[in-house]
Amino acid sequence: MTPASENRLTAAYLIVALIALFGGVVTGLLQALEHAGLNLYPPLTPVVQSYYHSLSLHGVLNVLVFTTFFICGFLQFITSRALGIPLASRRLAWATFWLMTGGLVLAAVPLVGNAATVLFTFYPPMRAHWAFYIGLTLVVVGTWLVTLNLALTSRVWRSRHPEARTPLAAFMSLVTFVMWTIASAGIAAEMLFMLIPWSLGLVAGTDALLARVLFWFTGHPIVYFWLLPAYVSWYTLVPRQAGGRLFSDPLARVSFILFLVLSIPIGFHHQFTDPGIEEGWKLLHAFLTFAVFFPSLLTFFNVVASLETGARARGGKGWITWFAKLPWGDPSVAAQVLAMLLFAFGGIGGLVNASFNLNLVVHNTAWIPGHLHLTVGTAVTLSFMGITYWLVPFLSGRHLWSRRLALAQVWLWFVGMVVFSNALHRLGLMGMPRRTMIGVSAYIQAEWQAILPLVGIGGSILFVSAMLYFLNLVLTLVASRGGPTAEGRGAPALPEFAEALSGPEHAPAILDRWRPWLALALVLIAIAYGPTLVRLAATTPFNAPGLRVW
Amino acid sequence: MKRGTTVYLYELAWILPSVAIPVGMLVALLVTAFGAGVHLPGREGRVDPTRVAATAPFDLPGVVALAPGRYEARMVAQTWSFTPNEIRVPAGSTVTFVVTSKDVVHGLLIHGVNVNVMLLPGQIARVTARFDRPGEYPFVCHEYCGIAHHTMWGKVVVEARR
Ligand code: HEM
Ligand SMILES: [Cu+2]
Ligand SMILES: [Cu+2]
Repeated sequence: MTPASENRLTAAYLIVALIALFGGVVTGLLQALEHAGLNLYPPLTPVVQSYYHSLSLHGVLNVLVFTTFFICGFLQFITSRALGIPLASRRLAWATFWLMTGGLVLAAVPLVGNAATVLFTFYPPMRAHWAFYIGLTLVVVGTWLVTLNLALTSRVWRSRHPEARTPLAAFMSLVTFVMWTIASAGIAAEMLFMLIPWSLGLVAGTDALLARVLFWFTGHPIVYFWLLPAYVSWYTLVPRQAGGRLFSDPLARVSFILFLVLSIPIGFHHQFTDPGIEEGWKLLHAFLTFAVFFPSLLTFFNVVASLETGARARGGKGWITWFAKLPWGDPSVAAQVLAMLLFAFGGIGGLVNASFNLNLVVHNTAWIPGHLHLTVGTAVTLSFMGITYWLVPFLSGRHLWSRRLALAQVWLWFVGMVVFSNALHRLGLMGMPRRTMIGVSAYIQAEWQAILPLVGIGGSILFVSAMLYFLNLVLTLVASRGGPTAEGRGAPALPEFAEALSGPEHAPAILDRWRPWLALALVLIAIAYGPTLVRLAATTPFNAPGLRVW
Repeated sequence: MKRGTTVYLYELAWILPSVAIPVGMLVALLVTAFGAGVHLPGREGRVDPTRVAATAPFDLPGVVALAPGRYEARMVAQTWSFTPNEIRVPAGSTVTFVVTSKDVVHGLLIHGVNVNVMLLPGQIARVTARFDRPGEYPFVCHEYCGIAHHTMWGKVVVEARR
């Protein structure tokens, strides 16, 4: 049982995360409608001052705030539960939460005030207000303190269980945070050595290329920071929620270790079209990107095989038709299985992005938001929604207000996303740029105009789904019943961790060691990034002055 | 024990294709990329972003003929336009675009050909494309560069040979 303090901590993180998501979907709707030719920005001007102000809010709220806060809350909760002990330091945990929230508020002031309309990638020499950079940096520092607390907690556990394998869910949570901590060195360096002194006026100039290299050092692995917590749920909770078992515990550990080793040295795949980096280094990053496809395929296999054990235990038959026997009436399972389904397409699209020459067709086109709404916007977001369908009732002690509403919400997200994402992918292939106020652009093409309404329709369905989601959660808190119900349900309970067909006893000891894998990760990073970073650090003139262009 | 062995066999049966699939795709990629001569932008040198207008070749933006059927288009990107924003070449030309940015990050995406490159202040970008079919090829800035980013575009006009 997790002690009450961890529950409150997780609830606090969840509240911040879900408020951010709310802002994220409102701005998303406005953007989607703008693409469809319905420009609602003029009447909203006092609040949202432009399409690009909206897009900056959308990116930051969704993928920097919602994800990060959700993950910090969820994985601290999971680790403590999997290890069966409280976090090593509650004071540290709460101080961290307040540090992150303080940083968020600091960054939010200029962001909301249109003084940081630089999108969530904040490429210089576009220059935001200094508070934006310092605030975001404090959020990152907060995540490092979460890593510290998780590491200390697992040390306490280890001292009591010197021989046992770390429970899978705790191991995965720790891998996620350790990977992220190494990865975030890039963005931290960009902030501390470039953007913060420059925005404060302490140095006159900056450099676009070096900033982008440091940003994408973090910017690729950040997608694994978002995704791995969803995997934690898919591997350790969903199999049991689906009535089955995890297929293979050792294989799950192997794939997480490979994510730790391979997530970082591949950031140049976001810079294939950047001048100033040799093609050879880009090729190496492309190679390693294909290597990360391997642990992704392992995950696909392991998770699907686990679902299959559940469906067969429930009477499923056939090669494919067992799929229908999953517990589709459980919104938490339905959300996460649908998230997996769309993620398969996101993964295939990701291979296109990584493919060097194909990247030339899709880079910075609408294909990219089409892709990222399948991955972070669905695989991650819809899974997190599915998790809250048990987590919020558990934390609040109240039953979910309506299971059927939740099911409708989940399917609406799925349908809306199919329409929305498919339209953006096709528009991208027709050369429509992303991050652009397309509806009023000077060069809108007739062939785009045939598809753009689908962006609006899909986006509206997504928005309705999101509103139903928030409605259900709010009604759960204010209008739902606690304790046992008339339909014979007990008090809201937690899903148990899944047992495994091939359990931790089959995992060799090397899979529970850190040093060799960390060393390997650092060596690969040094090879993939070392020469370019050293060259840029030694030769960059820092002569680009900052500009406010919005 | 038997259960462990079965799981192990399934694992193996999956691991082998999981290695083979990415490796196969990578090989296909390398063959098609280099077989077709597709190249990514590389290192082409720096230019001081505050002195672009005074630095060759960007002091004289425009199209120059290098050889019969071979042109170089020297372009400057700034908020929120390309200079020049219209490039005229005859059909069948191979054009090398040499481009940089004077201020913030921009991008260059030319419809109908394989040109997709970031324009970073401080860096010279160089990409080449062949224009066979006569007609207009719009190009757009595809990186957010400020409040009027969506007005930043131009076109390559490919004229039929007589
Ligand atoms: C109601 C649901 C949503 C709608 C209608 C929506 C709509 C959009 C649209 C139309 C764009 C493209 C803007 C452009 O390229 O000009 C966009 C970008 C984006 N969206 Fe969403 N979105 C939604 C939810 C989400 C969620 C849940 C996430 C992630 C958790 C997300 C993450 C992003 C990101 C990262 C971008 C790219 C921002 C950038 O280019 O700076 N969106 N969204
Ligand atoms: Cu990436
Ligand atoms: Cu531009």
